[in-house]
Amino acid sequence: MSKILEIKDLTIHYVTDSEVVRAVNDISIELEEGESLGLVGETGAGKTTTALGVLGLVPNPPGKVISGEVIYKGQDLLKLSDAEMRKIRGREISMIFQDPMTALNPVLTVGDQIMEVVRLHQKVSKAEAMKRAMEMMEMVGIEGARCGEYPHQFSGGMKQRIVIAIALACNPNLLIADEPTTALDVTIQAQVLDLIDNLKKKFNTSMLLITHDLGVVAEVCDKVAIVYAGRIVEYGTLNHIYNNPHHPYTNGLFGSIPDFSHKAHRLNPIKGLMPDPSNLPEGCAFAERCPHVTDACRKKQPIAVEVEPGHFVRCLLHEKEVR
Amino acid sequence: MEKEKQSTPVIHKKKNSQFRNILRRFMKNQTAVFGLVIIFLLVIFALFPSQLSHADYTVQDLANRYSGPSAEHWLGTDELGRDMYTRIVWGCRTSLTIGLASVAIACAIGVTLGTLAGYFGGVLDNVLMRIVDILMAVPNLLLGISIVAALGNSITVLVFAIALGNIAAFSRVTRSSVITVRDTEYVEAARATGASDGRIMWKYVLPNALAPIIVQVTTSLAGSILNISGLSFVGLGVPAPTPEWGSMLSNARTIMRDYPLQIMFPGIAIMLTVFAFNLFGDGLRDALDPRLKN
Repeated sequence: MSKILEIKDLTIHYVTDSEVVRAVNDISIELEEGESLGLVGETGAGKTTTALGVLGLVPNPPGKVISGEVIYKGQDLLKLSDAEMRKIRGREISMIFQDPMTALNPVLTVGDQIMEVVRLHQKVSKAEAMKRAMEMMEMVGIEGARCGEYPHQFSGGMKQRIVIAIALACNPNLLIADEPTTALDVTIQAQVLDLIDNLKKKFNTSMLLITHDLGVVAEVCDKVAIVYAGRIVEYGTLNHIYNNPHHPYTNGLFGSIPDFSHKAHRLNPIKGLMPDPSNLPEGCAFAERCPHVTDACRKKQPIAVEVEPGHFVRCLLHEKEVR
Repeated sequence: MEKEKQSTPVIHKKKNSQFRNILRRFMKNQTAVFGLVIIFLLVIFALFPSQLSHADYTVQDLANRYSGPSAEHWLGTDELGRDMYTRIVWGCRTSLTIGLASVAIACAIGVTLGTLAGYFGGVLDNVLMRIVDILMAVPNLLLGISIVAALGNSITVLVFAIALGNIAAFSRVTRSSVITVRDTEYVEAARATGASDGRIMWKYVLPNALAPIIVQVTTSLAGSILNISGLSFVGLGVPAPTPEWGSMLSNARTIMRDYPLQIMFPGIAIMLTVFAFNLFGDGLRDALDPRLKN
């Protein structure tokens, strides 16, 4: 297996006249071929911005990539020109968006929309592209004959299948799924996740899955990165994170999931809110909500330490332990 | 191989049904069909005026001025004894030609400017919109008068003058409509599939921003026909013997108390045309929108 994607110290800020929103700070991720990585965090933690950063789609202005590298198959995507990036998008790396209700063009038939991607990246005739579009629809479990219908004629779950069909139409090597199941109900969620998982295995596609649902991650991912206020606070394999969580935030996340075996009257959420990304504290961003906070936490930004092979934690608590 | 054969007819069926769907939705709207029928008649008049009325619209009959409707002159005669019916039929050609040509030009330029400004925003938007502001600051009639005064009195100049007056409205309407579509998720999704800016504008932004533009076309057509009349009124319209509804209206203005029919017939012609285009435009907008079911 070889490295397909490596994000190194990616920092993305949204700069406006009145403030600087530090959405993504020094995020580093590695993804092997065929592997899935879950990017988990609260709303506003910078997950989507990271994904858009990989595709070079951070809205500019106000978004600005301050520093870092996004190395895909040995080339830094951030240094490519617009035209070169367009060849990568859709063909090499494609993206599934969160809300299938709004991710499809309402005035084009679904067949046309799948065809569009095929024709953008492959020199094929209209008839061939349409054939491919119908194949893709069959693959995601929709009758190919429905290619002449418009998005509004499909249900939410089916629309998300079509979005997946568009994303996979050119056999991309890397799939970025931005909360692909958040807008769907639970039964459809399971179907869509299964579908993504199967297709991923079939084409040996790597995946960056963005979600706030730890259950979804457990189902499809090999590696997990927990993001808090634009930083990865804990990073490791599924086993590391689920069976041996180290960071107080990760522990808090697991603590706030209701447990079937115990009857609880109240959930146990992490107290407080994520700090305003335009006004991040000097020290650890989680300090204000952390049950183990010390004075040092408020002053010093923790560095990532490797608590066991491949398992990184960014917390002063463990920094001391390792030393 | 067999599969390939199967898939081809499906594609054709799809294209047909798409057009048929639009037609069916349009045909369901009775007022729109009514508008279309009137437009159809107007086009027939404009195409075959000499077959449908007298070939010569300048024949004068000074002994028979201001006569009322009769078997010989269906709609009576004007101040020079010329047949009103013939002049109205020929006027249809003048009004429709100038109206359609100027709106087509204004639409092409205005929509292009508006789309570019709305889609790219920033400096380009500012520069283009300030130019449009300058155009907007001059009243249409005044703009028309100055251009005709500067370049002379001909149909080409008239088309140009009226088109120029309409560009501002088209670019404004397009820009605001494009801005609302520009930030939708499907445009972002299209960008994520590697589509270029031009392709996104053409396939994703414009079709979704079309509805207000279509309405603008119909109101502009109506407005342009009125504008030609306005220019004719101040004597800068279509050169003299060519019949035009607006100039007929202004000629009849001085004698409207004595011969009200003289302004009624060209007035009705203008009203019907404007009315028909408005009905047609509304119906077309609804029919083109696939989100409205049935």
